[in-house]
Amino acid sequence: MTAPAAQPLLSVRDLRIVFDGRHGPLTALDGVSFDIAPGEILGVVGESGAGKSLTGTAVIGLLDPPGRVAGGEIHLAGQRIDNLPAEQMRKLRGRRIGAIFQDPLTSLHPLLKVGDQLVETILTHLPVSRTEARKRALDLLKEVGIPAAETRIDHFPHQFSGGMRQRVVIALALCAEPSLIIADEPTTALDVSIQAQITTLLKRLCREHGTAIMLVTHDMGVIAETADRVAVMYAGRIVEIGPVQEVTRRPSHPYTAGLMASIPSVHVRHEHLNQIDGAMPRLNAIPPGCAFNPRCGRAEPFCREHKPGLPMTGHAAACHFPLKEAVHA
Amino acid sequence: MLDQASTLAPARAAGDDIILDVEAACCRFDVSAPALSRLISKEPRRILRAVENVSFTVRRGTTFSIVGESGCGKSTLARMVVGLQRPTEGKLSFRDIRRADGTIGPPRVQMIFQDPYASLNPRWRVGDIIAEPIRELNLRADEAAIQQRVGDLLETVGLSRTDASRYPHAFSGGQRQRISIARALATEADFLVCDEPTSALDVSVQAQILNLMVRLQKEFGLTYLFISHNLSVVRHMSDDLAIMYLGRFVEAGPAEQVFTRPQHPYTRLLLDTIPDVERPNRERRPMSGEVPSPISPPAGCTFNPRCAQAADRCRVERPELRKLGNVEVSCHFA
Repeated sequence: MTAPAAQPLLSVRDLRIVFDGRHGPLTALDGVSFDIAPGEILGVVGESGAGKSLTGTAVIGLLDPPGRVAGGEIHLAGQRIDNLPAEQMRKLRGRRIGAIFQDPLTSLHPLLKVGDQLVETILTHLPVSRTEARKRALDLLKEVGIPAAETRIDHFPHQFSGGMRQRVVIALALCAEPSLIIADEPTTALDVSIQAQITTLLKRLCREHGTAIMLVTHDMGVIAETADRVAVMYAGRIVEIGPVQEVTRRPSHPYTAGLMASIPSVHVRHEHLNQIDGAMPRLNAIPPGCAFNPRCGRAEPFCREHKPGLPMTGHAAACHFPLKEAVHA
Repeated sequence: MLDQASTLAPARAAGDDIILDVEAACCRFDVSAPALSRLISKEPRRILRAVENVSFTVRRGTTFSIVGESGCGKSTLARMVVGLQRPTEGKLSFRDIRRADGTIGPPRVQMIFQDPYASLNPRWRVGDIIAEPIRELNLRADEAAIQQRVGDLLETVGLSRTDASRYPHAFSGGQRQRISIARALATEADFLVCDEPTSALDVSVQAQILNLMVRLQKEFGLTYLFISHNLSVVRHMSDDLAIMYLGRFVEAGPAEQVFTRPQHPYTRLLLDTIPDVERPNRERRPMSGEVPSPISPPAGCTFNPRCAQAADRCRVERPELRKLGNVEVSCHFA
């Protein structure tokens, strides 16, 4: 478990993302703040529409209109990056922040050999010759565990299986030795046996290169096995953040507790699964006060009026009546 | 061993009466190049063996699950059961049963699909989607009775009667899956084939749908053939279970026994590699390699290239499914 370093690698403060729609602006992210230390894996978990992918997209500067950053700051190693001009952001992307997306087939150019794609990326970011770039591409493919890399380097993406393709995408993200990788559902499209191979690979790379990873996924199991810390998102806000063992074992926010209880176990068979009734509110109908109050068993009238804040401590929950006292408000 | 097995037998299900009997079902697809190109390049025919020699029975009122990775043939098997795909060899037969409405005949079979965004017609109102099978099969005499039935079905699956006039886009993923279930129940189905019914849903919603399915099974005595790649979901739902690998069953038997004492190396590896919230830092080895192509499966035991225990015999001789107590396993070393 990484202790919070003196200077975080990535620091996001009060990030607010707004989509301007026909019926007025919709706030998709509201006051999201978190840090990632160098070499740390931060898991970001939540249901579809909670804003977890959007957070990753904003960090990497790929937010598409009508979405826009309406407030807050993003700092990478002390440098503010959310207001950089597009051209500078483009140079930073790939060089200092890498990205891995869910579907490896759409992240690769289908008409270019994987070697050429790697070489092109390396040449864009690093001052090396073509021969050196190709050597580096080969080393990267070996490093991510592609067998017979010498021949595979000249194959097209369609000649690889899903798991192997995701390894190529990881190699592509590693090209310029970025200090941060945004991995958005990197294992969701893969089979369980391959999933374990990829998470093991990510963990190893993170350890060996000191790369920090922001791992966005809806799978609590993947987070529990891969991440150091986890941020749980609900309706555009972080509701709980802390060391992964603490959050999964002793959840403090009623939503996290409900989420954990609704995961069926492989070890014991229960007659009935715990369920959180209802669904996450739509962006245009987020209730006042705590967004979770209509589904929460512990909600009091106070929760319907006052939005709880998220304290910036080790393990914190945005809740007026958290499930345990360890939270320092 | 037998005594222990009988105590493990599912308590919730009524039946020992068999509802579906599958005997040595095979499904092969011809994926050869066109005849002329084959002739020119002297290539042989290429046959994809999606399902090979699969036999099992499903007892009424219980859940039989089929687990496996992509491409193992589980969806092809499901399609054969609902009749969307003809078996190349072998036989699938439904037994006559006394249905809920008192008539006797084979069970009415319906399917629930994985993606609730693709399986509902976006241009139809929910009421019409659910009423279609009732109208098609003339299950109700007049329009008022149909509307009554649609309203009842919506309430059964946890939606409100007024939802009938809305379109699918107004519903979330979980609610859409409830609509799919209502549509399947509209035919007074006895047997539901569920192909990854919760894979497209978030965990908290998944729990709602699984609980609903368990409740409906108890209420209407439904039989489920449940296809999934998610072992925890399967553990929660199943009475019986089969693990599929490259078109064949490698292990099959009562779910409780397969989970507590997995005997095939593939089953053990699967159980070992799934991400686990409860025991995140356990010692584990990720399974090496990938699923080979079903067009040219390895000789001998199809799992041998990925198996740590594989010996020379495994590379030559294919293990048959052998009965060990209540569980069938195809492994030379089980």
